[in-house]
Amino acid sequence: MIVPARFYAQGEAEGTALVLARELSFWGGLDATTGRIIDRSHPDLGETLTGKILVMPGGRGSSSSSSVLAEAIRLGTAPLGIVLARADPIITVGALVAASLYGRLCPVIVCPIDGVATGDRLRIAAGEAGEAHVECFGPVPER
Amino acid sequence: MTLALTTADQAMLAGETDAAAALAMRILAAFSEAVGAASLIDISGAHIDGCLYHGQVSLDFVERFVQRGGRVRVPTTLNVGSLDLIHPEIMRMDAAAQAPARRLMRAHEELGCQPSFTCAPYQTLFRPAFGEQIAWGESNAIVFANSVIGARTNRYGDFIDLCCAVTGRAPAWGLHLDENRLGQVLFRLSGFPSSLAPSDTLYVGVGLMIGERAGERVPVIEGLPPPRDEDQLKSLGAAAASTGAVALFHAVGITPEAPTLGEAFGGRKPQESIEIRPHDIARALARLSRVPDGAPIDAVCLGTPHFSRGEWDRLLSLLRGSGQSGKVPIYVNTGRATLAALQEDDVLGDAAGFELIPVADTCTYVTAILAKLEGAVMTNSGKWAHYAPGNIGVEVAFGDMADCVASAIAGRVVRNMP
Repeated sequence: MIVPARFYAQGEAEGTALVLARELSFWGGLDATTGRIIDRSHPDLGETLTGKILVMPGGRGSSSSSSVLAEAIRLGTAPLGIVLARADPIITVGALVAASLYGRLCPVIVCPIDGVATGDRLRIAAGEAGEAHVECFGPVPER
Repeated sequence: MTLALTTADQAMLAGETDAAAALAMRILAAFSEAVGAASLIDISGAHIDGCLYHGQVSLDFVERFVQRGGRVRVPTTLNVGSLDLIHPEIMRMDAAAQAPARRLMRAHEELGCQPSFTCAPYQTLFRPAFGEQIAWGESNAIVFANSVIGARTNRYGDFIDLCCAVTGRAPAWGLHLDENRLGQVLFRLSGFPSSLAPSDTLYVGVGLMIGERAGERVPVIEGLPPPRDEDQLKSLGAAAASTGAVALFHAVGITPEAPTLGEAFGGRKPQESIEIRPHDIARALARLSRVPDGAPIDAVCLGTPHFSRGEWDRLLSLLRGSGQSGKVPIYVNTGRATLAALQEDDVLGDAAGFELIPVADTCTYVTAILAKLEGAVMTNSGKWAHYAPGNIGVEVAFGDMADCVASAIAGRVVRNMP
């Protein structure tokens, strides 16, 4: 399945989806040194974002989330890419600044996320003029 | 949609003014393009949330502006840092950890920012006027400026707020524009007594609920009693911006863009109507407390957002009126300007018998200040209660200011709040 999307921070990524039940505020919610979710009120507390494609409805909470995301990208603990149902400027700017300071890309794209499940293989590809798409390959078959 | 830059914007982007502005304009233009803004607008002020040290990236970013000789182009205040520069002795952080945090605060001053170091710039310095276009960071400051004052800002995060300050520009998008400031979802208080008192906890509870249920939509609250003071609206906004992404709320008959329900919605129908009933408030508040009544506490933490003078006066009056002493310290975060005025008036002596610890320039839930972290902490702040367990690993009990004072006296959680 290929879903058209709009990209907010450039880059390409392929990996396993981690779909969060609720929005996560990176500030107060993500430990940038470990990539783990530390918001104790979040249903996905304890999950690790590192190496995954993070999928969630949108952003939430503090404007300090940009720094936490950028620091996680610098440290290599950030998700490979972020797929949101609703655009979030705070997440966008965190990814843009990490790209500008360190040349490390964490694509942020917006598209409908219904039908994507944790464990699905996703590929994010940025096209031209803000267009992008997400390919969802469904669950990775068990061996 | 493609961003149209003016000739002056383009000159800045091309580095014709200075290298720092060129860097800021490059990031600002990419961000503006990403959010779908058609153009940029002038701003009259900025509030920067970049002084809290989140790691090397915080310093790398601002140093890049300092190296390029950057200066802010509009009056700019600074949010809290990671250190109390006024009371360095209370920091529980080694010198190596303090150095980059101190440098980060200082580097922002070198860019021409005011060393306000407060999350409540609206109650001291550079309070914007109704309708002013500004670029503010810090979620409680954003929601207060938009909702209570009627100034206009989006939720600007770290980095982009500095880019706006250095260029004096912001994207023409979101809450800067009339059409996006109208209410979208109605929250109606229902089932409360007709003589509903404006208790502090009611405002926190309503804030928690609209944050959880409004999403990114603009909430309109109907049936809220007139607040005792702005501090109640401050606590409502801070709670809403903790549990949700609320950047603007309207309270009918209370906030400036909502004289009537019809005006709050601009004549349109609410997309959704949600009732707030007394048990909803009780449930939202109960979720903030992670320890039962009677549990021992190690500290009381107040002042998130930073205590106003009005809040200090209420606290000092409660402490003085108790005629008792405290078993645990009471930490109070406040702006350095507010603290200076308190010291000028020599009123902190009213807290004799209590270990009252004023904290300036920072906040007890973002850095290492509390002497003990293993026990529970009592707070009157929905925001502190929401974030502290994740940030500094403490257990929390929530109550109003009088409960917090009673708990400090007892050394355990005491609650009488309505």
